[in-house]
Amino acid sequence: MKHARIAWAGAVHEAVESNGELLLTRSPWVGKRLKFDEVVWLPPLAPVPQARTILALGLNYADHAKELAFKAPEEPLVFVKGEASLIGHKALTRRPQGVTYMHYECELAVVIGRTAKHVKKENAFDYVGGYTVANDYAIRDYLENWYRPNFRVKNRDTCTPIGPWLVDAKDIHDAYGGPMNLSLQTTVNGKLTQSGHTRDMIFDVPTLIEYFSAFMTLQPGDLILTGTPDGVVNCEVGDVIVTSIEGVGDLINTLGE
Amino acid sequence: MQNKSSSYWPQGTVYGTLLNFKREWDLRAPQMPEAPHKGAPKAPVLFIKTANTFTASGHKIAIPSNVPEVDVGANLAWVFGPDARVVACVLVNDVSIPHESYYRPPVKFKCVDGFLGVGALAKPVAEVQSDALVLTVKVNGQEVQRVNYADAVRASQKLHADISEFMTFQEGDMLLMGSDCLPDGKRPRAKVGDVVEISAPGFETLVNHFVGATA
Repeated sequence: MKHARIAWAGAVHEAVESNGELLLTRSPWVGKRLKFDEVVWLPPLAPVPQARTILALGLNYADHAKELAFKAPEEPLVFVKGEASLIGHKALTRRPQGVTYMHYECELAVVIGRTAKHVKKENAFDYVGGYTVANDYAIRDYLENWYRPNFRVKNRDTCTPIGPWLVDAKDIHDAYGGPMNLSLQTTVNGKLTQSGHTRDMIFDVPTLIEYFSAFMTLQPGDLILTGTPDGVVNCEVGDVIVTSIEGVGDLINTLGE
Repeated sequence: MQNKSSSYWPQGTVYGTLLNFKREWDLRAPQMPEAPHKGAPKAPVLFIKTANTFTASGHKIAIPSNVPEVDVGANLAWVFGPDARVVACVLVNDVSIPHESYYRPPVKFKCVDGFLGVGALAKPVAEVQSDALVLTVKVNGQEVQRVNYADAVRASQKLHADISEFMTFQEGDMLLMGSDCLPDGKRPRAKVGDVVEISAPGFETLVNHFVGATA
C-alpha cells in the first residue's frame, strides 16, 4: 500500500493510492476519492511524539564518491537533519539569490517501523516500516570543512522534499526482493540528468541499520536517507526536478526564489 | 531516556553549537588554514542531539563499554516558542565521546543513547542574562570548570541571527549556546561512577550519574 498525507478541504488527511487516485481513509471522509492535483501533498510521515531523527548519508554510492573526488569512506559518512527542513511533493524549494551551484540528490529514504536497538544485519528489514523518496538538496557555495557537510548546506528550510508516498516495506520486498534492487533517476525539466541503482550503495540498508542501532536507538518514524548516485547538476529558479525511485515514487519539486 | 511530567522536556529538535568560545577558537586558530579545514569557519558550526540522547536530570547516563571517559559539555540552551522567538532557558550537558577532529559530523560521538542531560527547569528568558551567565561544573562535588558566556565568540542574539539566515527554529526547538574547553583544549571528563553537576544562579542544578553500559 502507498500512503500519503495531504491537506484538503481545510484539514490534514491520511490517504492511500487507489487506481491512480487518492482514497481518504479516516473519518469523516472515509472512502472519498480525490485527484492527485486536487490536494496539497505533505511529507508522508505521521507525527511522532519526540523530535524525529533524520540521518542522511554522504558519499554512499561508489560513483558519486568518485565524482566528488573522494575515496570511498571506510565507515558511513552520516549527518543529521532537522524535521523542519522537510516539505512535501509538488512543493517549492527556495534557491537563494546569488548562489552558483545548487543541486538535487535523489535518495531512497528508509522509514523505521519499530524501535531498533542493537539490530543485526540479518534481522534489519524487520525494523523497516516503509520507503519513500527524498531529494536532499545541497548548495555547494556554502560548503565548509567543519562538521562537513555543514548545516548551512544541508539543513536549510524547504531543502528536503520528501514523498509523495510512504510505501509499505512489504510491497518493495515482494515486488523487487528488497530495497537494494531499485533504479533511481532524476530529470530536470524533463531531461534525464541522474541515473543509478540502489545495488551500488557502499553501505546497504541492513548495514546502515546495524551501524546506527549499535549506538543510537531508532524509533518508529525515524528516517535514514541513504545517499545519492552520480549525476548531480546545478539547477536554477523555475526548474522542475523530478526524483524517482522504481516502485517507490516520483517526487516533483520546483525551485523558487 | 526518562521523563518526569513535572519537568522540562525537549519537544523539538535540539541544535548544538561548536567552537563558540574564544579559548577553543584561539587554540585551534593556527590549524584552521590547514587541511582538511582550509579556513576558519564562517557560518556557525552546528550539530544535532537526536531524541535518543535526552536524559532527565537525576537520571543515569551510560558510558559505552569501549570508551574510558566522556566529555562534559556544559551549555546554556535556548528554547524557542512560536514564530522563532526564544521563550526560555535550560541547562544541558552535551555529553560526547572525546574527538579531536572537527572535520566530519560527530554523530557517533554525540548521538549515543542518553548523551544529553537536560535540566528540570525552563526559566523564562527575560529572567536570564544569556550573555553574562556563568555555569559551574562539578564532578563528584569538586568544581572542575566555570563557563562564562561573556567569553562566547558569538553572543546569543548574533548566533541566533546567523543561524536564522538559512533555517527557522520551530516551536519547541532548542539551541545550545556552546560549551567551553579547559586551558589544555579538552573538556572536563566523566567516567563510570562519577556524578556530574551543572549549576547556574537561579537554575535548578542539573545532575547526572555516569554508569557503565548494560549489555
